[in-house]
Amino acid sequence: MKYLSEYRDPELAEEFIKEIHRITTKPWTLMEICGGQTHSLVKNGILEMLPDKITMVHGPGCPVCVTSVSVIDEAVYLAQQPNVILCSFGDMLRVPGSHKNLLEVKAEGGDVRILYSPLEAVVIAKENPTKEVVFFAVGFETTAPANALSVVHADKMGISNYSILASHVLVPPAMEAILSDEENKIDAFLAAGHVCTIMGMEEYYPVAEKYKTPIVVTGFEPVDLLQGILMSVQQLEKGEYKVENQYARYVQREGNKMAIETINEVFDVSDRIWRGIGSIPQSGYEVNERYKKFNARLKFKLDLPVAEENKECISGDIMKGLKKPKQCPNFGTKCKPEHPLGAPMVSSEGSCAAYYHYSNVDSVLA
Amino acid sequence: MSEKIKMNLQCPMPKFDFDVITLGHGSGGLLTHRLLQSGVFDVFKNDLLDQQHDGASFELNGRVAFSTDSYVISPIFFPGGNIGDLAINGTVNDLAMCGAEAKYLSLGFIIEEGFTMEDFWKVLVSIKEAADNANIKIVTGDTKVVEKGKGDKIFINTSGIGIIHPKANINHKNIEVGDVIIVSGNIASHGIAIMSLRRGLEFETSIESDTTNLNHIVLSLVEKFGNDIKFLRDPTRGGVASVLNEIAELTRLGFYLDQKLIPIDDQVDGACEMLGLDPLYVANEGLFMAVVNKEIAADFLTQLQKENKGSSAAIIGEVTSEHPGKVIMKSRIGGKRVVNYLTGEQLPRIC
Amino acid sequence: MCLAIPGKLLSITNQLDETFRFGNVSFGGITKEVNLCMVPEAKVDDYVLVHVGVAISIVDEEEAKKVFSYLKDMGEVEELEPSNS
Repeated sequence: MKYLSEYRDPELAEEFIKEIHRITTKPWTLMEICGGQTHSLVKNGILEMLPDKITMVHGPGCPVCVTSVSVIDEAVYLAQQPNVILCSFGDMLRVPGSHKNLLEVKAEGGDVRILYSPLEAVVIAKENPTKEVVFFAVGFETTAPANALSVVHADKMGISNYSILASHVLVPPAMEAILSDEENKIDAFLAAGHVCTIMGMEEYYPVAEKYKTPIVVTGFEPVDLLQGILMSVQQLEKGEYKVENQYARYVQREGNKMAIETINEVFDVSDRIWRGIGSIPQSGYEVNERYKKFNARLKFKLDLPVAEENKECISGDIMKGLKKPKQCPNFGTKCKPEHPLGAPMVSSEGSCAAYYHYSNVDSVLA
Repeated sequence: MSEKIKMNLQCPMPKFDFDVITLGHGSGGLLTHRLLQSGVFDVFKNDLLDQQHDGASFELNGRVAFSTDSYVISPIFFPGGNIGDLAINGTVNDLAMCGAEAKYLSLGFIIEEGFTMEDFWKVLVSIKEAADNANIKIVTGDTKVVEKGKGDKIFINTSGIGIIHPKANINHKNIEVGDVIIVSGNIASHGIAIMSLRRGLEFETSIESDTTNLNHIVLSLVEKFGNDIKFLRDPTRGGVASVLNEIAELTRLGFYLDQKLIPIDDQVDGACEMLGLDPLYVANEGLFMAVVNKEIAADFLTQLQKENKGSSAAIIGEVTSEHPGKVIMKSRIGGKRVVNYLTGEQLPRIC
Repeated sequence: MCLAIPGKLLSITNQLDETFRFGNVSFGGITKEVNLCMVPEAKVDDYVLVHVGVAISIVDEEEAKKVFSYLKDMGEVEELEPSNS
């Protein structure tokens, strides 16, 4: 496939790997922000091909993993209402709430539908005027424009039986939370390429400056990741801390203007609880006053008790990069994809699931 | 491979005095009799079925294989086939995977009240076509009708008996280090063809399900290569990865794949990319995997490609003494990853 | 976050207003209707990056090619610069 296959070229990948080996003289810890990047690193076996001196730590870039238990409970509650059609992206269905996940609600008769796009949920609302359609609007900034657009569409079409349960999370506050943590060991970041396609790169300059940490906006294919890693290590070896753009075929410094406008049209920035990390101020989106009739929380007057995280799950340390999945005492034993203790094991992008499914061939060979 | 027999679907549907199937049609009484006499089952006429006993009786010589499967697919009509094709091909193929030539099948229907006679006729005609193509007879059957809401249009069960080819010695215990893993064509086509119709995920494509019978080709391979074929399996639900994990676990040997060798249609690949699905876990229907002696692998492939003109059959990996019980794949760029069992159904993702 | 893949824009349909601007995008031969309102400059035959049914960027072909010559260009640059060690 064009613009995809070329970035999987084995010879080109090999050249980048050789160059990384050649220039790395000191130990460096790099964090890739995005779950999709973690997935790609592990799935392509890149981790084992990097020099031992480079440690890749996997950040909280999985909106599915960081969605708080309380929000899952809200979605579960809505899905259980007899006149509600709860529409969601596939990855959300297996994430455990306090008692159930959405897949279980579906099995019990709840009308839960997997959709590729939130725009389809609006069509479903139009076709089912006697039902309430709620879209479980999860994601980082990448998905926010589409979720916002669904609200704009519903508004323009005069559809009143549509609303969204918003659980958006933003990358820069998460990065700050990680970098400002005393135990932080991250030397450089691979920033999330698709988030930056929307939001641009401006937000990262002050962060790079403040924490003297290189930030390289990176794509997802093997060659992209390797180039991003190379660019980060080049900076680290030279003692630089700039913001660079590896993913320039899609990312512009100012981002996507229309997408940003659409987000601002529908959402306000709000505080958000991140599963495993806790509350990070101004780190999420909520539906604003103008579009409040499309806010499922207000429409259904949701007021569920704040849920407790599973204490055995160390997802917070994992997502902040302080521990690796295999350092969790429950990894692979009490906590497996079929019975996860926390979200990073469920979501296919979650660090723990990625490791469980793909990784560490050496440990298998041992 | 013989040309598929295509029954003219203009083969006229008998005139029924009812448009839909009701509970009465399954009750064993007058309506059932009407359904049976209506001509709808005439499409299966053969000497064994015509005896109209409670069961069919016949003689068999030699080692026999017996298999059963139930078909609950939704939607029942999809590009490349329908539930009827699947019901015949699936069981015929299960028998072929034992090295057996399918001879007789039973056919059980569980029909949801309200299912139209028109749809039922289409399914029956497909069943007849598939049976003729596979050269098998349907010799006994059953029809039940359930209340609306207690079924999903139509469920089908087929059980099949086949004679095991005298040269067949298909057993996972025969698999040895150095054996080679072959797939008979492009992977993941069936599952993606079905997904293309799924509300909320749908897309336009010319991908069709690859459902077909495999018995002719498998038996010609068994005839030629006998003992050198160690293992056969059709990777239906759970895909290629699931089958490999099962045999890795059974044999405690390692299975090593090379991603760049795995054949996949461009459109299927595109769909998997878009939805975030791993084709190794997507269902197949008219595809089989073989583990064969390395010495005959090249000839096996040639024979396969000859029989299945244009087949993209390929060697995709080998059996190794390393990483016992695990399936490891070399990615396109040379790194290695573990191919685990799937947990639950694979779901499309945004991440 | 962010499974997004590039596809070729085959045709455009305008409806209602610009927020309802859709196009048929091909991913390796399969086609899907994609919303184009975030890429107003997109035209037929462009390659667009699509996430959850919405196009979020148009491929910059020049930048796309640079990845392939990065190492070579870097090597040439290093030859010109005085060594830092």
